[in-house]
Amino acid sequence: MTADAREPAAARAVLLHPLSRRIMHWINALAIIVMIGSGWRIYNYYPALPIDFGFPNYLTLGGDFTVTEALDDEDGLANALAWHFAAMWVLVINFLAFVIVGFASGHFRRDFLPVTPRGFVQDLWAALRFKLDHSLGEYNTVQKVLYWGVLGVILVTILSGLSIWKPAQLHELTWLFGGYEFARVVHFFGMAAIVGFLCIHVALTILVPKTLVAMVLGRVSAAPHPSKGKAK
Amino acid sequence: MTRRGLEPSPLVGDVERRLFLRQTLSLGALTLLTGCDISDQDGVQKVLHAMSRWNDRAQAFLFQRQALAPTFAESDVVHNFRYNAFYPAVDAPQLSGADYHLQLSGLIADKRPWTIEQLYALPQESQITRHVCVEGWSMIGKWSGPRLSEFLHRVGADLTAKYVGFQCADGYSGSIDMASALHPQTIMAVKFADETLPSKFGYPFKVRIPTKLGYKNPKWVTTIFVTNRMPGGFWEDRGYNWFGGS
Repeated sequence: MTADAREPAAARAVLLHPLSRRIMHWINALAIIVMIGSGWRIYNYYPALPIDFGFPNYLTLGGDFTVTEALDDEDGLANALAWHFAAMWVLVINFLAFVIVGFASGHFRRDFLPVTPRGFVQDLWAALRFKLDHSLGEYNTVQKVLYWGVLGVILVTILSGLSIWKPAQLHELTWLFGGYEFARVVHFFGMAAIVGFLCIHVALTILVPKTLVAMVLGRVSAAPHPSKGKAK
Repeated sequence: MTRRGLEPSPLVGDVERRLFLRQTLSLGALTLLTGCDISDQDGVQKVLHAMSRWNDRAQAFLFQRQALAPTFAESDVVHNFRYNAFYPAVDAPQLSGADYHLQLSGLIADKRPWTIEQLYALPQESQITRHVCVEGWSMIGKWSGPRLSEFLHRVGADLTAKYVGFQCADGYSGSIDMASALHPQTIMAVKFADETLPSKFGYPFKVRIPTKLGYKNPKWVTTIFVTNRMPGGFWEDRGYNWFGGS
């Protein structure tokens, strides 16, 4: 933010996120939220973990229980499943498109690389002391690692989800995840990791609101970095 | 550490930040409040229903006619297998084997009712497979009985028809696609764990389909019919996916 503030008022507007990326980002956000909300309710019906824990029902997706009971003669699981297996398609298709475009366009290579252990340690140390420089459009190593990490975690969560959806037809995949019961646990922790990422992701956006503006409008009024983006 | 070192104009930044934080929180609260009710809209239900029909087609496409569901060792079989129905075990039907007749209807050439002895006389198959419930629990059990495909052949069912439907003594009903009905592991289970199928598990027989979820495995079956008209089913009519494959 220091760098931005020093820019003259008539700073160039720079395209940080092309329209395609912004659309895919928000479709992904919506699909992930629907998957988490409906998944939490599905979890509550038969928890995968051997501990006494359930998600508060008001945080879950799948309709009002009394209404469902009255109209469908069903106790609220069917709707959550319907949401989960509808949003699944949106998530998978959008995720694949995002990854393909990310690699093909050079977005991942330009913005998420290089990643070095040394850079990671340095940036993590700086971040923990709140001394990390941040300029829009340029990610530090911690961010890069987090983005690779969440892409990997989403992939694992999708695959473990497929393996518990189709333990007969895709039994090789289920075997890969340690069998049906263990695949449910993997799927759960995949969700937990995604929720963890979301917390950090949203917290950082609140700290630097311009990043949200950039992900909505594509550009911000100040030049984020001389070497990044295209001038208007 | 002061913020001043990072923020040239901390006041403006703070106000902006607080405003944004408040807006974000309000947005979050709004989603929470409506989150519960967003499902209870006609439009949303129509979309979810259409997606469920799409998932029927996707699962039929994924289904492999000859690929077998995983089988397990005798040592994997669960003792104390779970009783599961939409009412308590004490209310489960107690059918008398002597009086039992399996009724046949629809696109079937020979509609004469079948006795249990006739079912026992068919070639028997055993399987140790995982029963997966739509709720998420699963148990490995051993079931034995004739193949449903063998039975359908013998009674002259129209094997080109789309659906095989079941009606049960407890008011339950269900239906499956013909491809799943003809799958080699789809059996009319007259035995559980090498013993006559207990009443609480569906005596005289349960349709055991290891390539489908638990609610697609009807118990206490009294009628089998073949049709081209989508029959639906007890849970399917209450919003659960019809294909219910696993």
